[in-house]
Amino acid sequence: MTATDLGLPSMGGLDLVPTTDEPQKAKEYKSDQEVRWCPGCGDYIVLNTIQSFLPTLGLKRENIVFISGIGCSSRFPYYMNTYGMHSIHGRAPSIATGLATTRPDLSVWVVTGDGDALSIGGNHLIHALRRNVNLKILLFNNRIYGLTKGQYSPTSEPGKVTKSTPMGSVDTPFNPVSLALGAEATFVGRALDSDKKGLTEVLGAAAEHRGSAVVEIYQNCPIFNDGAFDMLKDKDEAAQRIIPLTPGEPIRFGPEGEFGVTTTGYGGLDVGKVADIGEDNLVVHDPSISDTAYGFALSRLGDQHLSHIPTGIFRQVQRETYDDQARAQVQQAQDAKPGDLQALLTGKDTWTVE
Amino acid sequence: MSTSANGSAAAGTEALSASRPTEVNRLERVVIRFAGDSGDGMQLTGDRFTSEAAAFGNDLATLPNFPAEIRAPQGTIPGVSSFQVHFADYDILTPGDRPDVLVAMNPAALKANIADVPKGGTIIVNTDEFGKRNLAKVDYESNPLEDDSLSAFEVHEVAMSTLTQGALADTGLGKKDAERCKNMFALGLLSWMYHRPTEGTEAFLREKFAKKPDVAEANVLAFRAGWYYGETTEAFGTTFEIAPAKLPSGTYRQITGNTALAYGIVAAGQQSKLPVLLGTYPITPASDVLHELSKHKNFGITTFQAEDEIAGIGAALGAAYGGALGVTSTSGPGIALKAETIGLGVMTELPLVVIDVQRGGPSTGLPTKTEQADLLQAYFGRNGECPVPIVAPSTPADCFDIALEATRIALAYRTPVLLLSDGAVANGSEPWLIPDVSTLPDLSVEFATEPNAPDGSGEHWPYQRDPETLAREWALPGTAGLQHRIGGLEKAEGKGNISYDPDNHDKMVRLRQAKVDGIEVPDLEVDDPNGNARVLVLGWGSTYGPIGAAARRVRAKGMPIAQAHLRHLNPLPANLGEVLTSYDHVVVPEMNLGQLSMLLRAKYLTDIQSYNKVAGLPFKAEELEGVFTDIIREVTAV
Repeated sequence: MTATDLGLPSMGGLDLVPTTDEPQKAKEYKSDQEVRWCPGCGDYIVLNTIQSFLPTLGLKRENIVFISGIGCSSRFPYYMNTYGMHSIHGRAPSIATGLATTRPDLSVWVVTGDGDALSIGGNHLIHALRRNVNLKILLFNNRIYGLTKGQYSPTSEPGKVTKSTPMGSVDTPFNPVSLALGAEATFVGRALDSDKKGLTEVLGAAAEHRGSAVVEIYQNCPIFNDGAFDMLKDKDEAAQRIIPLTPGEPIRFGPEGEFGVTTTGYGGLDVGKVADIGEDNLVVHDPSISDTAYGFALSRLGDQHLSHIPTGIFRQVQRETYDDQARAQVQQAQDAKPGDLQALLTGKDTWTVE
Repeated sequence: MSTSANGSAAAGTEALSASRPTEVNRLERVVIRFAGDSGDGMQLTGDRFTSEAAAFGNDLATLPNFPAEIRAPQGTIPGVSSFQVHFADYDILTPGDRPDVLVAMNPAALKANIADVPKGGTIIVNTDEFGKRNLAKVDYESNPLEDDSLSAFEVHEVAMSTLTQGALADTGLGKKDAERCKNMFALGLLSWMYHRPTEGTEAFLREKFAKKPDVAEANVLAFRAGWYYGETTEAFGTTFEIAPAKLPSGTYRQITGNTALAYGIVAAGQQSKLPVLLGTYPITPASDVLHELSKHKNFGITTFQAEDEIAGIGAALGAAYGGALGVTSTSGPGIALKAETIGLGVMTELPLVVIDVQRGGPSTGLPTKTEQADLLQAYFGRNGECPVPIVAPSTPADCFDIALEATRIALAYRTPVLLLSDGAVANGSEPWLIPDVSTLPDLSVEFATEPNAPDGSGEHWPYQRDPETLAREWALPGTAGLQHRIGGLEKAEGKGNISYDPDNHDKMVRLRQAKVDGIEVPDLEVDDPNGNARVLVLGWGSTYGPIGAAARRVRAKGMPIAQAHLRHLNPLPANLGEVLTSYDHVVVPEMNLGQLSMLLRAKYLTDIQSYNKVAGLPFKAEELEGVFTDIIREVTAV
């Protein structure tokens, strides 16, 4: 597997966003609104991480916009002292698309959840991704509906007993990373709410990426799905399950690094013991591989029981963005022939009554 | 008065001139309907004939009528497509009730349209298509050209397919391709009959088929063959002249409603000095607005063809949040899908122009037919108390002005505005007195630049309002110090934070309503020439033409009738209540089951007679003339 150099100008995700030399603090990114998530909600940690992370970008705060849909996580913009819109269920990617297309000087972030992004707003998500609009989409995945008080979500595991599925869910869930890659997302990452360092790294790369970036954040709902990710937070369990993805390095994990990822006969990936696989046969992680099959195979290593969960950046490739191209067409048209309203209205076929 | 045609006559075209002496019959007006199979090019034929009439200086109005299927089974009634053009030497208001001339390219076209042709009317048929098989397809038991069923009409039998093929025999074009040019043969024949200028059509064909010069020449040849057929065969003894119309002086062009609407949006962007983002999803009969605007990127217009109706309006609202003129266009089914986002626009108080080119409903309904049954949807089709201003164009050309008016309201009052066009004005066309752009309204806006908190805290309060308009400030992302959050949850008055306070919600609901109620709209003008009418006919939208034409006919009979037409549906003009009560009797014709009537009765507690037809077609002037005449007789008999 080799990465393909598409020969595109390597423009960064923030290149057109004005910066400031003034040092910024996390506090400046906190709005005066009292945060009203349930005690112990994973959203608090994510909010704090993002408020600590944004100052490192050195952007003018007024050029950052958070747009959300509906759901617990979608209250996020109210707590950020930036511009923001708490919109309607599932529609944040479309609203953000209009904003990003007309305002290249803004860093536009979408905050969404598993229900908002994958159920009611699934269509907008996949189309934003295929268009590669310069948006950073933070998908808070708690695998449950929180705001509506505990129904199963499109990422809930099969058989899940909830208020709306007393005999267990018979839905097959989405794997958000697989879905994003299927929609040809140019940047896909995953992190845990409690992993501040890992989340910050993925967020940083997402912000700098020009195009749509999806970051799946595993987030605990202490009320309706408490402990859903505990096995990834327990040190010993986590070592067995979490597969950290580091570009340029062989993919291995385990308390002693004794497990690794290798290719299977039909082009997929599988997990095994390094001793069996052989160090030379370990897959060296390369998120810049253009074929989505590689990232997809990585995303399939884990299942809903969280047996093996790669975290980090699955895919990071350059592709022309929708918004850059749409603006370029407008510019090109204006350069070729500036609009002349009188000439347009008059047209070619006229007659005069005297 | 004189007219001059500035047609785009390209090199290589020359005017065809008649030489055979024929009896020339001077008419004031004529209605011609071209009808054929969906694949016969009737829309193009009608459109070109319209352009010729426009170039000649006639007043005109058109009515395209086509099936929703792109190509319904050939030769069947559902596959019939027609285009009616009414042109005259005076200002006319409608595409005409009944065609004086029907051009029927096949038996299906004849059968589908014959009922509309008045006795004595002219029918020109393509006899080549009247074979057994085609007759059987539409259940003609005998050939109507051979039995006496058409004896009341003046029938001209022309073997158009054969003649076209013959004319193109030397072009190297295959028989089938040659036959496809028969619509231009028909156009040529009609152009000869009505002394139409031909240079424009020839130039048009050469431009349209610029990449296929052989096809262009074949069409020109067929067009000329039709002309020469009329000129030489003596089958047609009479030609007709309709003098140019005595319209107000100025430079005119022909324009359809959808084009005028798109131009209005272009102009609105220019007059407001804002970039425009049209977020939309293709839907009949609104797609032409997208097609047209996508051609005008050089005016700073971005057209976003979204994944669905919802994303289309979402993107428009997102662009509006960023300081662009956000526009979305659709038809009734799309409005249903956009309702939630319109509500968000009302709640966030952002400017947005929402275009609904109405079609027959409910559900998928009649996609290519006209109706004005979305009025109540526009008024009430959202959750909660969710008022939006509503405007509606009266004629194709009025679509330009109404787009500017919708934008004025949206920008000045920071609100979504619903613009209710319909299939009849959208696809219909008429001469348009081209406006001088220096006379267009200034729509420029001021964005917030400074924090506005009245408590001197230096904060920005997003829901602080202008005391006159009640509009909140438009503070754009990127403006330092004005960071704020908006959204669909109820907001505290002024400060704009989330508020569940009961009194605040009551106040905000009333404020949003008061803002819309307080929009300045011009008073309703009543046309009551002698001031002695006892009956008022009130309309809105595309019924303007047939209502006006019917009112003229009624007055010509010596019966007084007053006419008024609403362009602003919400809020209604301030003097409307007074106007309604100053007449003994008010009749409101609508292409719905009485939606405006219901609103007027509720708001003004006054009796309204509703006259309704929901047939997918515009009212006929003749029909309304009868309705008005009966009403006036009843009222005056009392």
